[in-house]
Amino acid sequence: MSKAAELAALIGSQTALSNRNIVINGAMQVAQRATSASAKSSAGFHVVDRFKFVNNTSTGAVDIEQSTTVPAGQGFGSSLKVSTSTAKATLTGTNEFGIQQRIEGRNLQVLNHGTSSASKATLSFWVRSNKTGTYVVWFYKEGSNRNIQRQFTISSADTWEKKALTIDGDTSGSIANDSSNELEFFIVLGTGPDRSSGTAPTTWQTLDNADRYVGQTVNILDSTSNNFYLTGVQLEVGEQATPFEHRSFGDELARCQRYYWQTNRLDFGPSLGSGNVGNFRQFINFPTEMREAPTVTVGTFASESGSFTPSVASISTRVLHHSFEVGTSSQANARVRGDNPAFKYSAEL
Amino acid sequence: MDNMTITNAQYLLVDGGEQHIKATIDGVEMQVPIATGNKEYDEIQRQVAAGDLTIADAD
Repeated sequence: MSKAAELAALIGSQTALSNRNIVINGAMQVAQRATSASAKSSAGFHVVDRFKFVNNTSTGAVDIEQSTTVPAGQGFGSSLKVSTSTAKATLTGTNEFGIQQRIEGRNLQVLNHGTSSASKATLSFWVRSNKTGTYVVWFYKEGSNRNIQRQFTISSADTWEKKALTIDGDTSGSIANDSSNELEFFIVLGTGPDRSSGTAPTTWQTLDNADRYVGQTVNILDSTSNNFYLTGVQLEVGEQATPFEHRSFGDELARCQRYYWQTNRLDFGPSLGSGNVGNFRQFINFPTEMREAPTVTVGTFASESGSFTPSVASISTRVLHHSFEVGTSSQANARVRGDNPAFKYSAEL
Repeated sequence: MDNMTITNAQYLLVDGGEQHIKATIDGVEMQVPIATGNKEYDEIQRQVAAGDLTIADAD
């Protein structure tokens, strides 16, 4: 058998031909909240969907953007760019800083963790940074409190490089088949000593916080000249990194909306004419069933005499029922004004 | 576990029942469903159990 045939047979035996990529929005196409955010010193989903920016350094801050800088010839249109805006040269204590995605258990059953058939998995991605050195990717299963890490090196500054990291199957620590956070990966961009002073967990093992990021040499926060780009993130069954599975924007958006979506003013609908008073109700159907009943952030609504905030009357994974508790003539002529979007729905992990 | 700063937590009374918790989370006012599995609700419960947060009764 030729080498090519052997490789094809190996890949075919380990991975599906479609829907291989467990990661959502790996090509950084979808950015519902914003396409850029400045001086972020706190954790959160600031820019591209599903990728959470983790930062507990207090003073270190970054600018984040959905960038058009991408590796040439790979079919990508976007990347996630992080650039330091306020430096913190020395990270201390439990400081941690990086990019994370959490994955719900229903999407992970294919890994067969907790059984003798536990599968290896490979995380591949494209990175570029001015900071050469060793980076850690930390994998953690919250349900069983087990972790493993792998390391990669950026050897050429300001040059796109593709990385592939294979982790073992875990015959212990089963993954619940539900909507909870069952596996997260964390691309470390900086760490304090309390997270990196132990022994690197190179096999699945019970978490010891001192072990998490052992081996990380880079601190992206150490200079305002630093930046880090990421795209083409793919997690798949097996020990081979197959070519990135490009999905349509619509497919990726729908996957993201299971965790977050927002209604814009023009989507919202009702505008009550002057003189309308009373208790108005409206149902908003979600574009896809959300992971859990979402937390709602409500924008500012206007009336003839001032702003007010509607109350959420009931909510499920599929529909929001909200109430315009207008009640008096002073709040007639209700309409959405000012804030855009009007409602934000978050069921993130 | 997420590090959230949660203040001003209060039950919202809608249609005669406590349906939601209104709270300021990391500086943003949100309406959190009483639903296990919701990240913000789970964190509110954790902070209440730890004695770090009290949820005020509905108005």
